[in-house]
Amino acid sequence: MRSDPAESIQSYVKAPLSRRAFVGRIAGALGIGSGATYMATAPEDSPLGIRDPTGSRRRRTDPPLRLADFSVPVPAAISPVAIGRDGEPDTRLRKALDGLGGLRHFVAPGEIVLVKPNVAFDRAAILGATTGPEILASIIRMLLVDCRAQEVRVADNPIESPADCFHKSGVRQAVERAGGRVYLPDSNAFRVVETPGAALIGAWPVFHRPLTNVDKVIGVAPAKDHNLCGASIGIKNWYGLLGGQRNRFHQNIHEIVSDLALLMRPTLSIVDGSRVLMRGGPTGGDLGDVRGTDCVVAGVDPVAIDAWCHRHLLDRTSPLPEYLRRAEEKGSGRAELAGRVKEVS
Amino acid sequence: MTSSEPAELGATRRLLRATNIRIVAQTFFLSVFLLGLWATWTTRLGGYPVSRFLEIDLLVGVSTALATGRLYRHLAWGLSLLAITLLFGRAFCNWICPFGTLHQFAAWIFNILPLKLRRRSNRYRPLYALKYGLLAGLLILAGFGALQIGLLDPICLLSRSVSASLAPASDMGVDALAGSIEQAGVDANWTNAIRFAPNTERRVFVGSFWIGALLVVLLGMNLVIPRFFCRVLCPLGALLGFLSRFSLFRINRDVKECTDCDACLTRCEGAAEPQSVLRSAECFACMNCIDDCPEDALSYTFLGQDMKQVFTSTDLGRRKLVFSGLFGLLTFPFLKTHGLGTDSNYSPRMIRPPGSVEEGEFLSRCIKCDQCINVCPTNVLQPATTAEGGFEALWTPVMNFNIGHCQLKCNLCGEVCPTGAIRRITVAEKLGKGPHKDAGPIRLGTAFYDLGRCLPHAMEIPCVVCEEVCPVAPKAIRTVDEEIKDVFGKIVVLNKPFIVPDLCIGCGICQNECPVTDAPAVYVTAVGETRSRARGLLLEDRGRAYGS
Repeated sequence: MRSDPAESIQSYVKAPLSRRAFVGRIAGALGIGSGATYMATAPEDSPLGIRDPTGSRRRRTDPPLRLADFSVPVPAAISPVAIGRDGEPDTRLRKALDGLGGLRHFVAPGEIVLVKPNVAFDRAAILGATTGPEILASIIRMLLVDCRAQEVRVADNPIESPADCFHKSGVRQAVERAGGRVYLPDSNAFRVVETPGAALIGAWPVFHRPLTNVDKVIGVAPAKDHNLCGASIGIKNWYGLLGGQRNRFHQNIHEIVSDLALLMRPTLSIVDGSRVLMRGGPTGGDLGDVRGTDCVVAGVDPVAIDAWCHRHLLDRTSPLPEYLRRAEEKGSGRAELAGRVKEVS
Repeated sequence: MTSSEPAELGATRRLLRATNIRIVAQTFFLSVFLLGLWATWTTRLGGYPVSRFLEIDLLVGVSTALATGRLYRHLAWGLSLLAITLLFGRAFCNWICPFGTLHQFAAWIFNILPLKLRRRSNRYRPLYALKYGLLAGLLILAGFGALQIGLLDPICLLSRSVSASLAPASDMGVDALAGSIEQAGVDANWTNAIRFAPNTERRVFVGSFWIGALLVVLLGMNLVIPRFFCRVLCPLGALLGFLSRFSLFRINRDVKECTDCDACLTRCEGAAEPQSVLRSAECFACMNCIDDCPEDALSYTFLGQDMKQVFTSTDLGRRKLVFSGLFGLLTFPFLKTHGLGTDSNYSPRMIRPPGSVEEGEFLSRCIKCDQCINVCPTNVLQPATTAEGGFEALWTPVMNFNIGHCQLKCNLCGEVCPTGAIRRITVAEKLGKGPHKDAGPIRLGTAFYDLGRCLPHAMEIPCVVCEEVCPVAPKAIRTVDEEIKDVFGKIVVLNKPFIVPDLCIGCGICQNECPVTDAPAVYVTAVGETRSRARGLLLEDRGRAYGS
């Protein structure tokens, strides 16, 4: 049955290249060739041109992002720092805020408010290393009920696992029960923010998601001992908004803390004196290092608040920490306390 | 499905036939398996039995019992799989096993052979006895105390592959999705629900490529041999196949009805030869052959079996058994003589999670399922490469403090460990508080300074992040404070840190937060770990000895 191979080769007819295929191939080669040549050699600003002789075209310049000034002016008759004493923490907070003219002076109905606690470590609230859940619940309720705020956000970028820090300190549960919403950082949550006048964070990644479209910002911090910085109070609390390689900042801690007062000009700063970490800060861990006081501090001058807490909550007789002097220089407030503190009890 | 279904069979009965119920079961169990891995996260755990698949895995129970003489915590759940197998044969493989389901799915997707070749691809091959040899070798190894079943056990392998490769891949995709949603100004908070690890920086896993590649290659092998892993390699399948000789139910062929058409081979998952003498050890009880039989000659039955039409043995002849025994016997010294297992030449990076038992016993318990690595909220737990403990310790959990740190109040790794390689401990036991005061805290290792790289020590630059973050009270990092004039003539105060080893628990937060990021100036090594007497460091705890 097999055919003779020699015979089959004799009768074989090849399929020639048709004119149409020839033209098509020439056109294709010219198209691809000239297109590639254009993209590779056209001047840098021409459309679709990818030429990059210096290697610098790839650098993207995002539009600069700046944080707004969230502060609200107060009448001259009101002292910039108010201390609420006695009673439950909730009462103390209300007294302190009344001393400033009431929370409704600062937050209008329908506004979105960010409350920034210090939840840096996975610690129980009683150890004083983090903001207590009770005062957060109080301020959130006041914002939602008294001020009719549209949304209250609570956010921090902790050193340890964010989910754990918020959950095990009871902060998440307290916030959600009070009607607030917790924002935790992830890879998408940071944007580079520009801060004119800042020495170290002129442009630095900031935990920006909770700050998007926000109207007012309130810091709620504990008062803590801090080996390098002297104290970690209201201003140092904004450290928790920073992303990036922030462990470099300890090489010049006073500069960074005074920069933080430039980065964030809050509506209000609150310091809860319920549990003051006197030694072994900022992590603590020993109940013996925690001192309870009967006051809540609120105010519109972050520098004066830190100065008062340094003296009266941490009981320091030493000169004020260097960062407060630098913050004064940068125009974030005044450490002078005489006649500027109102006590409500 | 062949088209020759008897017409009188009602639509409902057709819908409820065994193969359809099987598909529902497979989907259910695969979903439950993935749900378990999804719930293996600090905010979701809530007491759910997230490691139950691993505990049901009979091979985990049998091999750890062989290696340690004990059955840890929930491993008696393996009895349920034993019961299923003794009743229904290897039904686990095609009804429950999530890895088996993936393989069946892959083989179905890759199914491009013409009918004749497809039937041939489902015939039994002698190669399929390899798994019994592997099982014998692995069990002999386990008997000597070297547990290696985790490399190939399907539940361990899939658990590890999802934890270290697929879950981060999925989270990466969700990140990109959430990023573009937020770019458009819309709230992307709901995406947290579909992340394996929400509210954290993107997690990384050392060696994720190789863990993922093994999975992909095994799934890809379905192109060459359908259900290659299940038929050729699976040691759990081999164990269940061996046990299936005692099982009550099996596929039975009515020889008088059979026309030898071979239609039953079209979709035979296990290559169990239903068209002739059934190899019951290979049969997954997938019921496809019953579906495909045009003569109703096949049934899944207990009492009506024809004992002439079954081969219950495992095709592992005496010769092969001796060979696999030798394989096991030789592999043991090969595994154990790498030198990294000794108490003098161990790797300084062989740092085990808190609650881990002493290294030798650890290796007789760890099944490389990487559940601990999956649950770790700081990402500090990583699959080991061969550098820390040789091939033997490959993909077992080690702590990498450049990536994360061990959180003081966290004990989740021991909570999810199915085998007790990491014992279940309370936070009080971890920290040496309350009833554990006398035992003291669990130390993972000890921190040391590289003075040449430390900024205050070597470069006149203030720093001490390490002291700041040290979580023990009183702090295990102290400073010697000096005021100096630096090289530029400026007065600076340097807090030069040093370690108090009696207080250091090796949590590694100092290393993690050190600004000298690539090779940190303060770093934790394994020496001084409390789980091992031979790898200790201090003669006595000075604090306690001095009575302070």
